[in-house]
Amino acid sequence: MTKTLQSSRRSFLQSSAALSLLGAAGLSGCASMSGVPSKAKVVVIGGGYGGATAAKYVRLLSDYKIDVVLIEPQAAFVSCPMSNLVVSGVKKIDYLTTSYVGLSKNHGITVVKDFADNIDTAKKTVTLRGGSVIAYDKLVVSPGVDLMFGGVEGLQAANASGQILQAWKAGAETVALRKQLEAMPDGGVFAITIPEAPYRCPPGPYERASVVAGYFKTAKPRSKVLILDANPDVTSKGALFKKVWADQYKGMVEYRPQHKAVAVDARTNTVKFDVQNDVKAAVLNVIPSMRAGAIAVKAGLNNQANNRWCGVNYLTFESTAAKDVHVLGDSIQVAPAMPKSGHMANSHGKVAASAIVAQLAGWDVNPAPMLTNTCYSFVDEKNVVHVASVHEYVAAEKTFKTVAGSGGLSPAPSELEGVYALNWASNIWADSLT
Amino acid sequence: MKIKPLTVLAASVFCLANSAFAQANAGKEALYVKSLAATCANCHGTNGKSVDGSTVPSLAGLGKAYHIAQMTAFKNGTRPATIMHQLSKGYSDAQIETLATYFAAQKK
Repeated sequence: MTKTLQSSRRSFLQSSAALSLLGAAGLSGCASMSGVPSKAKVVVIGGGYGGATAAKYVRLLSDYKIDVVLIEPQAAFVSCPMSNLVVSGVKKIDYLTTSYVGLSKNHGITVVKDFADNIDTAKKTVTLRGGSVIAYDKLVVSPGVDLMFGGVEGLQAANASGQILQAWKAGAETVALRKQLEAMPDGGVFAITIPEAPYRCPPGPYERASVVAGYFKTAKPRSKVLILDANPDVTSKGALFKKVWADQYKGMVEYRPQHKAVAVDARTNTVKFDVQNDVKAAVLNVIPSMRAGAIAVKAGLNNQANNRWCGVNYLTFESTAAKDVHVLGDSIQVAPAMPKSGHMANSHGKVAASAIVAQLAGWDVNPAPMLTNTCYSFVDEKNVVHVASVHEYVAAEKTFKTVAGSGGLSPAPSELEGVYALNWASNIWADSLT
Repeated sequence: MKIKPLTVLAASVFCLANSAFAQANAGKEALYVKSLAATCANCHGTNGKSVDGSTVPSLAGLGKAYHIAQMTAFKNGTRPATIMHQLSKGYSDAQIETLATYFAAQKK
């Protein structure tokens, strides 16, 4: 441990409030928001659902014996799940935001606010934009997705100018899209384009369309929502969403499959498709195709699906491209029926953390890891539908499969599930971040 | 019989190794149980402690028999649910017993 860390640890220990939060077990690898150590047993890149959870659970599962450094450029976590409620005006951005202080104070994780610029998988080091180099025994790479703006001509510039938003990575664009909807005159069209699967959060675009329609229904009843989907059909909760659009939003929501966006014209706020006719809208929300986060690509971990996603050994989430590097969350090549979701990334984080703790102890890894996924979608201000699944590792096939007979969908939207959805959020945010 | 010092040494080394092995094995088994229990934490909170005021119940400190009975009731449909009837079917009876034992030992 460096001098800087020791002194910050001393001042940290003087805080009695912090002590009561931490307990004696947590003192081994104390936190520093400023000092960057030159070495850590475990370095985690990315403080989203996957990385934050992995960082916390390496600490928990090792009884606080393994030191963890978490590298995250953002000052705070902003949740993508629930962000459509900000778009529809039900919640504010603060609701989605959680500080990283809980991970350092409660769990002794060193949180470094910086951008991981380079990984040397041979030397086992990570270089930060700020210039620091951190050596690792085990590395967790959980950078989420990169949006492929290049796939839609004109989108990069139209997005940079703030005119045509993605608002798929929650944050400033989520708020900006809300403002565009508020400014839109009654009678306008909100058009959302959906990329081909796989993309982050399969039901998310349909949820967004639904809750925006809910907002229009009370605030701008002559307006319309147009869903332009590159896929042949709704990719998740299809029957449930279609029933909501027919029952609650008749004449307001229109769904058009097989609309693959290829270009935008910012001058006229028009989106062009590979085959279908152009669509002009008052508010245009173009969600680009996605691939593994840039740092994973830079490190050469993207060895699957034409170099779009990262292959992993599902037993440990260790990369198939580099030893002692574990890739989590939306960046991975998914197993069958495994969605790219926050809940799933949290689940990946725990399996990887358990494997890392076992490997560093010289033990066999858990031979039978399990994953769950619970995904709630709002269809209006209060009513919610879910899809849930349980996944078990099948050793003979070296992959995860859903447990036969488990999982399923809501029979219909309900307010009760709306209550559970909000409570799901508060618990998973706490499980991942505090 | 006179015991040679070397035999004593060998025996104690064996004992040490054996106890280290037992400890490692216990550590490993505990890790596997915690890893299984972590699959509940996304919704029910870390170590089964739901956040204050949550409508999702805490699992920490639940009686083992009660926990098993509820999971069984979710599985066979005698306890209605929004989601647990679907998730409970993903866990075997043995896994449910392991989980119930673990959460019963967690502080409320």
